[in-house]
Amino acid sequence: MTEDSLGLWSVPLAMVAGAIRVSTPFIFVSLGETLTERSGRINLGLEGTLVMGAMAGYAISYQTSVALGAPGGLAMAVSPWIGVIAAGLAGAVFGILHAWLCSKPRVNDVAVGIALMLFGAGLAFYLGKPYIKPTAPRLQAIPFGFWSDNTKVQNALEVNALFLVGCVLAPFILWGLRNTRYGMILRTVGESADAARAMGYSVNGVRMIATAAGGFLAGIGGSFLSLYYPGSWNEGLSSGQGLMAVALVIFARWNPMKCLYASLLFGAAGAIAPALQSVGVHSGRYLFTAAPYVFTLVIMIFTSSSSRTMAGIPAELTAAR
Amino acid sequence: MSQVDVNGLPALQPLNDGGDPGRTIGQRLLNVLPWAALESIAITLLGILVSMVLFGVFVLLAGHSPFEVYELMYKGAFGTSFAWGNTLTRAAPLLLTGLCTALPARLGMVIIGGEGALVMGGLSAAAVATAVSGASPAVTISCMFLAGSLVGGLWIAAAGALKQFRGVNETICSLLLIYIAVAILNHMVDKGPMWDPSSLNNPSSHFIGDANRIGKLPGIDVHWGLVIGIVACLICWVLMDRTTLGFAASIVGGNARAAKMAGLSIASITLIVSFLAGAAAGIAGVTEVAAVHGRANANLAVGYGYTGILVAFLARHNPLAIIPVAVLIGGISAGGGRLQKSLMMPDATALVFQGILFLVVLVFETLYGRLKFLQRREAKS
Repeated sequence: MTEDSLGLWSVPLAMVAGAIRVSTPFIFVSLGETLTERSGRINLGLEGTLVMGAMAGYAISYQTSVALGAPGGLAMAVSPWIGVIAAGLAGAVFGILHAWLCSKPRVNDVAVGIALMLFGAGLAFYLGKPYIKPTAPRLQAIPFGFWSDNTKVQNALEVNALFLVGCVLAPFILWGLRNTRYGMILRTVGESADAARAMGYSVNGVRMIATAAGGFLAGIGGSFLSLYYPGSWNEGLSSGQGLMAVALVIFARWNPMKCLYASLLFGAAGAIAPALQSVGVHSGRYLFTAAPYVFTLVIMIFTSSSSRTMAGIPAELTAAR
Repeated sequence: MSQVDVNGLPALQPLNDGGDPGRTIGQRLLNVLPWAALESIAITLLGILVSMVLFGVFVLLAGHSPFEVYELMYKGAFGTSFAWGNTLTRAAPLLLTGLCTALPARLGMVIIGGEGALVMGGLSAAAVATAVSGASPAVTISCMFLAGSLVGGLWIAAAGALKQFRGVNETICSLLLIYIAVAILNHMVDKGPMWDPSSLNNPSSHFIGDANRIGKLPGIDVHWGLVIGIVACLICWVLMDRTTLGFAASIVGGNARAAKMAGLSIASITLIVSFLAGAAAGIAGVTEVAAVHGRANANLAVGYGYTGILVAFLARHNPLAIIPVAVLIGGISAGGGRLQKSLMMPDATALVFQGILFLVVLVFETLYGRLKFLQRREAKS
């Protein structure tokens, strides 16, 4: 095994690997939030949705594997994907809850988001208590590094199918927003609720669907955390990734493709601490753990402006501020 | 989409009975009552009642009797003097972290990063206690409070400044600052510059010394942080409801353009209010270090900052209302501890209750102006 043959090159390699491995939840949450915000509503509760999705995905994967009779090959292959779907559905329920609560007059979407963030985490911790110990079948990785003899390269290029789904989903959503009737309706609702109403569309109905879809994607992003990387269910699983993804949407200017690129960037930032540890840099490891948050903050500082309205922001979001 | 109602309890209606002829004494009495405040209280109480029903259903689905659960929670929160001590000890930091969200809300800002300011306040208090070791307790304790409120204040003022000068979303910004604060805490106390090598299992800073700890209130098992919290709420209420600063803040929150026309400096008001908010949460951190733990460690970040958000929203951002709400929420978490012991329910049970409560109270915003029996009778004429 060529353990040290890469030397310091292993740091950038680990960051590429990290970008592939860590970015998936960011991709899903940010694409979902893009849909929601394009409809003119902010869902800050996606952090709670992410945790809920992680718990639901892990629990359902475990339960179905027990029902199918583990440790059969079938259960190992099918259960995690049933878990992923279940996580998405749990997320959609949270999205629908958010949309329904916000459709009432005088109810503020930011406040409801904060409440759902706390409620989602509380409910996930409650329902997930029995699943901290048992081991559920995980999602399998596809080895894209087969051409290399180096184990580190092989490890780095183990790609999860959900990552690929996210990579396909981003251009698909962009195309959908730009070129389809449904995309146009969504953008109209986000740009001017009055115009949409005049055209005969139900503003609350469209926002309901957009928020539910956003929740569905965020739930799937959560299931990736518990079913693939880091790959177990515990209460400290998410640590703000759902929220960073919401910040990322601002950075990506509500554009799905830019969400994908930004997610890769955030994933790489998140991989700094483990990458440095793997080459023996241990001092200040907690500070490196904070790197993604500092990175997010710095990006927000540089991409915001107090004087101009941000380019690409859906007009209904500005009106709400 | 409406703005968060940041003005807390709506202003009391002016006394307008003016000897109006043709009205009975009863009608005049009705006019004297503060209907808007009553509406606010009634809606909040109704929200608490509805969330108790919803949580009861949740408990039932989980296979427990709601009545048994509520009885146990009540006993665990308010049943004995020990339970009261537990409840009030939990309420003390919530009074201060609640202020951290409530004060900026007056300006229309949604700050949810109280946990970060609490952590930084506690950490700096522990650092100062080590730095001035040897000084008299009075000096040390004063320095701890000074450092804690200063650092906590600057922590949230940074979020306020970024909002003011760069238009950065203060909600996300303050939340990111929590994770950064916790990382700094871990860095300092876990084999970092402030690490006490004798703290093996639970990496901590050096003990601040028994003389430098703030003690318990006489007669009850609660530390002085409770009094500090209540006094802070009273001061903030006076500040926000009875001074020019509070008035100016309300104008800025209501209409920034009007405030600018009136010659108010929005930037300095934003910075002052967010500094005060952070200072309050910072002091919560100081009291946790000085009264509860005696040192800074990961126990500082147990969620008082997050629960403070709930307290502020439940109190409708009114500093006075924070006092009863903090006691109520402290009671729920104390009662939750009792459920964990007696019924083996997960410790997150109290979190579920708090989440339901938060959601229901927010949704009940929609009832304002709709409860017919609470509208001023006079309005009809």
